[in-house]
Amino acid sequence: MCGIVGLFLKNSALQPELGALTARMVHEMVDRGPDSAGFAIYDVPETRSKITCLSLTGETDWQALSVDVERVVGEAVEVIEVEDHAILHSAGDGAVARNRIIEIAPDVSVLSVGHAIELFKGIGDPDAITERFGLARRSGRHAIAHTRMATESAVVIAGSHPFSTGADTCLVHNGSLSNHNRLRERLRRSGETFQTENDSEVAAGYLAWRMREGDTLEVAIERALSDLDGFYTLAIGTRDGFAVVRDPIACKPAVIAETDDWVAMSSEFRAIAQLPGVAHAQIWEPKPATVYAWSHAA
Amino acid sequence: MTADLDLATLSVRQVNAALQQAQEGSYRVLHPGGAHALACGLDAPLEISIDGHAGYYCAGMSKEADITVMGNAGTGCAENVMSGSVRVKGDVSQSLAASGHGGLVVVEGSASARAGISMKGVDIVVGGDVGHMSAFMAQAGRLVVLGDAGTDLGDSIYEAEIYIRGNVASLGADCIQKPMEEQHLAVVSQLLDRARLDADPASFTRYGSARKLYHFSIDHMDEY
Repeated sequence: MCGIVGLFLKNSALQPELGALTARMVHEMVDRGPDSAGFAIYDVPETRSKITCLSLTGETDWQALSVDVERVVGEAVEVIEVEDHAILHSAGDGAVARNRIIEIAPDVSVLSVGHAIELFKGIGDPDAITERFGLARRSGRHAIAHTRMATESAVVIAGSHPFSTGADTCLVHNGSLSNHNRLRERLRRSGETFQTENDSEVAAGYLAWRMREGDTLEVAIERALSDLDGFYTLAIGTRDGFAVVRDPIACKPAVIAETDDWVAMSSEFRAIAQLPGVAHAQIWEPKPATVYAWSHAA
Repeated sequence: MTADLDLATLSVRQVNAALQQAQEGSYRVLHPGGAHALACGLDAPLEISIDGHAGYYCAGMSKEADITVMGNAGTGCAENVMSGSVRVKGDVSQSLAASGHGGLVVVEGSASARAGISMKGVDIVVGGDVGHMSAFMAQAGRLVVLGDAGTDLGDSIYEAEIYIRGNVASLGADCIQKPMEEQHLAVVSQLLDRARLDADPASFTRYGSARKLYHFSIDHMDEY
């Protein structure tokens, strides 16, 4: 099953409440995905790169790792630890840092790289996960989150969403892809690095690859509609924006609501029902194979 | 007198239990907030108003009751409805009135994919559009759409009558356009009246089964 939510703030006055509103949305989606959860929160972009890492053993020596990364990127690295996650801040190249960590630290999963994104995930009760990482106290401009009900693979942290492979890009996925193995090999040859065997990570890698090749988010998603085989509702976050797309058959649910202050999407309306001003929202079901996108830049 | 059942203080089970035990009367369900399975399995001539947006399977398996949703409804609204009526003031998600056996289902807005899938006698009137694969494997009943229909309308239809006023993106297997005769104009006119929606019956096009899938065709032998 799985539940997905996304919240994009149009009114900057709501930014301090982004985390609290997102946490409430996640809470409503616990029934759809009680196994694991994760969220990506996008704040105003910083000048330094932020690399969110997860320790798979819980025993990673972040200081030693940051010393190594400092040497490779040639800039200072500041580490902020949050439970079993750490956010590395550096003026160096985030992509170089990501590749270095993947190369030398098998006990670390690099969850995200960028200037705006921070990404947290765990296994177990979604409410406990959002609580553990203090989602309700976080501010930002947009967020996406996922609650997972594993149907085809084990309940392990590698299967938790969101997935990110490119700078400030991540996605959450409800559904399953049938051509992910072949696509993963194709993307590896194009220079993408993958850290799991999960199908959704391939979709994230696909979008990252297309955007690195110069596609806009909308164009990358249009291409994904012909290259991704399977069923899916995706919510996608980028540095400045947020997008939603459903496969052409559209068997996975989605609802979007928009007011002057925000745009919200979710698997079900009940996650949106408690947002401020929802009584006056325009509410609709996204059409199959149609890209819906919003951007702070526009 | 109308009795209020407030989901801000009651659980869905408590609300449904109260409605299922009632034999008559008028009820208002407050603060639905997209909750699932509201007003399901009713079996009495009740009048029910759901005061907002409903989640999945609202008014499922309903018999005799008249249920109005004042907002939108999610997947499977009025699925397997037996009799009575269901009216949704807003839009509905997919699988509207799936397997519905009887009664009248009215959506004032639009319905998404698979509206009337496997319908078995229910009458459905949609004020806006319906999504792809509507009336898939429909067996009996009438589907009237004032707007457009998505791709593969009436795919693998057995029987059932389909009337569309707007454009049809494409017809599914074994679904064909049929002539609109006096009796069909009368059917549409009567359904529009019952649905309290206004449109000229002559502006609708009728679709139904070509009945080619009923029997094995020896010409297709090579394809098996």
